[in-house]
Amino acid sequence: MGELCGVVGIGQTKYAAKRGDLSIAGVVREAAIRALEDAELEWKDIDAVVIGKAPDMFEGVMMPELYLADALGAVGKPMLRVHTAGSVGGSTSIVAASLIQAGIHDRVLTVAFEKQSDSNAMWALSSKQPFSPHINAGAGGYFAPLIRTYIRRSQAPDHIGMLVAFKDRLNALKNPYAHLHIEDISMQKIEDSFMLWAPIRYLESCPSSDGACAMVLAREALAKDAPRPPAWVLGTAMRTEPTMFAGREEVNPQAGKDCAADVYRQAGIENPRRDIDVAEVYVPFSWFEPMWMENLGFAEDGEGWKMTDEGETALDGDMPINPSGGVLSSNPIGASGMIRFAEAALQVRGMAGEHQIDGARVALGHAYGGGSQYFSMWIVSSEQP
Amino acid sequence: MEDPIQDITTPIRLDYQYTAGSATAKFLRGLKQGRLLGQRCPKCAKVIVPARGACARCGVATEEEVEVADRGTVTTFCVVHIPVPGSEIKPPFVCATIQLDGADIGCFHLVSEVSPDEVRAGMRVQAVWKPREEWDHTFENIRYFKPTGEPDAELEDTRGTGHA
Amino acid sequence: MREVAIVSFAQAPNVRDAGAKNEVELLMPVAHAALERAGLTLQEIGFTCSGSSDYLAGAPFSFVMAIDALGAWPPISESHVEMDGAWALYEAWVKIQHGAADSALVYGFGKSSSGEIRDVLSLQLDPYYVAPLWPDSISLAALQARALLESSRYSEKDLAEVAVRSRRNARSNPNAQLAGDVDPAALLAEPYLVSPLRKHDCPPISDGVAAVVLAAGDLARRICQRPAWIRGIDHRIEPHSLGVRDLTRSPSTELAAEKAGVQQGPIDLAELHAPFTHQELILRDALGLRDDVELNPSGGALAANPVMVAGLTRIGEAASRISAGSAQRAVAHATSGPCLQQNLVCVLEGE
Repeated sequence: MGELCGVVGIGQTKYAAKRGDLSIAGVVREAAIRALEDAELEWKDIDAVVIGKAPDMFEGVMMPELYLADALGAVGKPMLRVHTAGSVGGSTSIVAASLIQAGIHDRVLTVAFEKQSDSNAMWALSSKQPFSPHINAGAGGYFAPLIRTYIRRSQAPDHIGMLVAFKDRLNALKNPYAHLHIEDISMQKIEDSFMLWAPIRYLESCPSSDGACAMVLAREALAKDAPRPPAWVLGTAMRTEPTMFAGREEVNPQAGKDCAADVYRQAGIENPRRDIDVAEVYVPFSWFEPMWMENLGFAEDGEGWKMTDEGETALDGDMPINPSGGVLSSNPIGASGMIRFAEAALQVRGMAGEHQIDGARVALGHAYGGGSQYFSMWIVSSEQP
Repeated sequence: MEDPIQDITTPIRLDYQYTAGSATAKFLRGLKQGRLLGQRCPKCAKVIVPARGACARCGVATEEEVEVADRGTVTTFCVVHIPVPGSEIKPPFVCATIQLDGADIGCFHLVSEVSPDEVRAGMRVQAVWKPREEWDHTFENIRYFKPTGEPDAELEDTRGTGHA
Repeated sequence: MREVAIVSFAQAPNVRDAGAKNEVELLMPVAHAALERAGLTLQEIGFTCSGSSDYLAGAPFSFVMAIDALGAWPPISESHVEMDGAWALYEAWVKIQHGAADSALVYGFGKSSSGEIRDVLSLQLDPYYVAPLWPDSISLAALQARALLESSRYSEKDLAEVAVRSRRNARSNPNAQLAGDVDPAALLAEPYLVSPLRKHDCPPISDGVAAVVLAAGDLARRICQRPAWIRGIDHRIEPHSLGVRDLTRSPSTELAAEKAGVQQGPIDLAELHAPFTHQELILRDALGLRDDVELNPSGGALAANPVMVAGLTRIGEAASRISAGSAQRAVAHATSGPCLQQNLVCVLEGE
């Protein structure tokens, strides 16, 4: 369906609690320039720019595409700004890809970012909403009850969350861009860390990071000529369901399942566990790994935790999840979804450096947001369909 | 030359007037009278509390008012160990989704007068209201929910865990 | 390129303050009306996309609750831009071009009455050098108007006449906020609000919602007797800094118009998203519109300016006149950012 899209350049900033060395424009340019260099292209080679980020309150700048037009070489070009809550980095990638797939542009630059140290992310996430009692203590306060439900239903042992955190933080040590490099990470250190919203401990939670991720997407003929192997986009999908309604299944949401089914169908994937070599999956709190294993169809309902427990999701496992260290290691909120999509692309391009999964040919990028209600996913491959 | 400027602080202050919307306004007026009001969806017949004016699943307006009890069942919860910015509530405290008797969806509130270790899904709880003279248009008229001591309710395997 | 048309349009009456109604309550009847007029249910729609702004609403993730108005069950394919609904329409158009959908629901919503819109829009500006000075949107527009008057191409009287035409046209628009017969001399006798702009040169503050349904090819023909075909659509952005731009011209509109093919045929009608009188003159020139073009028959943004919606409304208003048979080829325009920094141009045509 449509023109084939290839990822020909990828750039990331070093993620950190505060990039005090750069302005907002500087942060997006650091990633964009790296993506252009990877693709061996110049600003003038780009036909359109699509940016994405989470709520503007994270920086205090309204509609930042207006301020960033010059910084991203977008003057005289079409420029869009996507906002779909936590999944935004993924949706932004998909909107950018669709511009190529629809045959509208030859090359598109897409950037997702957050410079949340400029404002106060905790405030922006849990500011007092009018007309509701003020008892929300951040995103974890919303998700911890869902995690408890998962644990109760699946009878998963208590250590699973910590195992995920341990694995992701070990993986991050092999990713120079990751925010958190905890050299002496151990299960004990995680267990001893402060309990935030039981059962989620401090070291089982994502950090608050500044950073940006950028990709250059190109149509087939141009991607084939790119200096480094492209990641071919085999499928993209987005699904949304309402935040709450009677009988809503929040732990294993239908929107996630439908989104996965759609993207697998487009990519010709019949058995995701077998056909996908590696997945970068949005896990902001440790227990989301087993939950998403089930939602994505990698494991039967109630069995996702066994994949973690048996080492299958580790770097040397048969279904490595988040070799980059994941959201648990770097979380510029608006960028995190695109980082998943980009890391999946890096894997099939063979360019993931020390956290490369050998022989990765097909990879899944996954992002979610809101009250587990927004999902965006893509499948990329080293081979054309 | 002095050290170059590395960053600046630019305070932003904006005043907004928020609109509850007709349904939320009814819910809050009900609370001022010590009543918990939901609405029934004309299509799926589910009772939504707090009243929101719409059934999100069916995408239709809800109008039929249904009063629900101020006691219900905990469907899920978490124990919060960090303070809420700008709030007086002291951690650790329990936040729970509580399905009030008569409602088909849970709402979010505090659970207290019980050790956090003893809180469980299925636990029956009862609202503890502030003194009547302190009531205003807010869900905070209910200080928290406390255990009733009844036997645990059977959960429909946690469907309807939606938060308010 | 696939043939894509606008097959229905609905809007809420634009009002100074929607009062007790929140965004969900405002959106629900409008989204349902657009779907009903297209004879489609949400489940039959291939893609949904919306435009709105958190800073307008004064809350993060403010677009999330809008989903409650739609009935998004089973789950839908849906996205959102933090921009005027016109850009959501663009994203939906692209989706249909890609072949990932054959139809789309697009909506924009916003309650400008919630905050001090003049000051809220200051946050669109460079956060290091400009925003801390809090130059409000009217003052910036006044800068642009001053530059235009100094260029001697137009006078304050020309500006007043734009306002007069807008209000006169708005008389036949039941959804407009400001309508009536006004005398240009009387307007010019009013004091300046922010020189050289007077109150009539500026948009009203409006709460509003609009929705449009797009459909491709034969589906569009089945739904609508006379679909408004999108023959061309393009958008471009200019530099952010006002100091490096020629504020008396709109090069991004010129470029978008060229890419959208405006001059490839005669234009009967133009709906221009010009919240300020002087901007209508700049845009008219940028689009190369002749004097015989029917300009803003709806009254335009001077008659009702729900931020995040007014651009989408221009497209809807033009499309509905094509579908009604009162125009054959129209141009619709949307703008975003200070002093027309970013512009979208859409060419619509009857069969």
